[in-house]
Amino acid sequence: MPGWKPLEMTALPTRKLEAWRYTDLRALSAMSFGEVPNPPAPVLPDLALPRLVFLNGVSSENLSSAVPYARGFEAVAEPSAEPLALINAAHAQQGITLEIPAGVDAGTVLLISQAGGTVPFAFHPRHRITLGAGARLTIIEIAKGDGVYWHNPVTDIVLQDGAKLEHVRLQDESREAFNLSTIRAEIAENAAYEHFTATIGAKLSRTEIHAALLGTNALVHLNAAQLLTGTQHGDFTSVIAHKAPNCASRQTVKSVLAEKARGVFQGRIEVARVAQKTDGYQMNQALLLSPDAEMDIKPELEIFADDVKCSHGATIGALDNEQVFYLRSRGIPEAEARSMLIRAFLEEALEPVAQADAKALLEAEIETWWVKQ
Amino acid sequence: MLEIKNLHARIGEKEILRGVNLVVPDGEIHAIMGPNGAGKSTLSYVLSGRDGYEVTEGEAIYNGQNVLEMEPEVRAAAGIFLAFQYPVELTGVGNANFLRTALNAIRRKRGEAELDAVAFLKLARAAAKTLQMKEDFLKRNVNVGFSGGEKKRNEMLQMALLQPGLAILDETDSGLDIDALKIVAEGVNALRSPKFSALVITHYQRLLDHIVPDVVHVLAGGRIVRSGSKELALELEAHGYAGLEAA
Repeated sequence: MPGWKPLEMTALPTRKLEAWRYTDLRALSAMSFGEVPNPPAPVLPDLALPRLVFLNGVSSENLSSAVPYARGFEAVAEPSAEPLALINAAHAQQGITLEIPAGVDAGTVLLISQAGGTVPFAFHPRHRITLGAGARLTIIEIAKGDGVYWHNPVTDIVLQDGAKLEHVRLQDESREAFNLSTIRAEIAENAAYEHFTATIGAKLSRTEIHAALLGTNALVHLNAAQLLTGTQHGDFTSVIAHKAPNCASRQTVKSVLAEKARGVFQGRIEVARVAQKTDGYQMNQALLLSPDAEMDIKPELEIFADDVKCSHGATIGALDNEQVFYLRSRGIPEAEARSMLIRAFLEEALEPVAQADAKALLEAEIETWWVKQ
Repeated sequence: MLEIKNLHARIGEKEILRGVNLVVPDGEIHAIMGPNGAGKSTLSYVLSGRDGYEVTEGEAIYNGQNVLEMEPEVRAAAGIFLAFQYPVELTGVGNANFLRTALNAIRRKRGEAELDAVAFLKLARAAAKTLQMKEDFLKRNVNVGFSGGEKKRNEMLQMALLQPGLAILDETDSGLDIDALKIVAEGVNALRSPKFSALVITHYQRLLDHIVPDVVHVLAGGRIVRSGSKELALELEAHGYAGLEAA
């Protein structure tokens, strides 16, 4: 698809749409994308885990290991009218299909995207992850790169009765790149989807998650941390649909914004009439490290059932100078003191991440983030 | 040795310290007493480098260096330790992690090898035991949900680990019951050596029953208005500060 522009295929959403009010894609619309260049020399994490590696969106047989129950890309009709998903569907030629049979604990799988090139390019992976009844899986997804590109993945997740998926994402794309990720999860009775996204990279990014709780006692955790600086823009948007009784949703999203960075959180919780005894919790907090940083927060609760417990809260604050001084008075240099307090601020969001490698990976990124600035 | 010469400091337009002169030789413990608003806490913050205080005149020389020009963390590495009147709560920061980070930062600056987690825990557990602190102290978030006494003990634990040359105790006795008071005193007394000195800032005499000072100073109106032996504290306890402020 040499020289194509996304606008020619399907229009990108504009700020006139309520769901895109705070994220402006004009800089992306203005770009033209060339042919996908040859992949860069990969820098892979030093983790002894089975891995699926994509270079510039193309599956690398050499770098990937044998992952049980994994197949390659399978085309499916796009069920929604979401602009980004439609663009993805029009271009997707790569992606993983993972189908874990009922009752199988498939352990942990790394899903790596490494991108880079000298001319702007775009890639649109489509992943499908299905867990049969009682199956278990952890996915650690890492996206990194250099140069100008647009990464537009769509991930469809189906969790059958009692299945549990832990999905940990590290978005550390090139600071010149665009990452617009769409994730859709269907969660059946007694199943659990535990999601964490760390947004550190990209010039502009959005993680948009639609999670549907379809059977009783289903659980969804959508946690995230955004660490942004310069003129980075990071958007975490979620729609949680409670469509069955006795389900729980938990959301803790934290943003740390330096310089002129801008963070967005949109969190919509829909509770259907049948979804009695819904237990919903949503917390959004931002730490502004500069007077020029900006955070936009839009919580939305739409409740049609009468016996539900839904709470939400939002705070925006700065680092506490008393705390910084306390640490410095104990000999801890200022940058390290600030770093410790940033890590502490993120604790509540990070706490549920259970898989040890994933946790260590995130900890390392967070610990060095401020010191690297 | 700490030598404070003609120290003037203000917060905004308000002059708090108006020419403090004070010498604390190594190996000695000096108490600073005085009425509320005399500048006691300001003196401790100015010495430890907190923002918001402007030094307009004078200097504070510790071991040959003017500490007033140093960043707070450099002062800490030089051996100055401030025990806070109100220790700060750090939600999300584990006490052990905090203590180890501080200790290793100071060891790095002093050119000593950093301690790994195992060596550190051994040291910290022993120090906590001496201060009669429960093991879970190290696992909890720094000062979060601690009682007043536990916070002060945690200050003493930090002091014991960081091994300062000069400790400044800013009303460490406020809000303590007698048992906690004794533990704080033992913490200070345990560090006593010819190379250690302390400035014990207190409103009341009772802490000085347990940390016996070599010299007692009275700070009033931003100056040291009187200095004397430990009996001065008893005199102040009996007669109050009335009359001293005008001196």
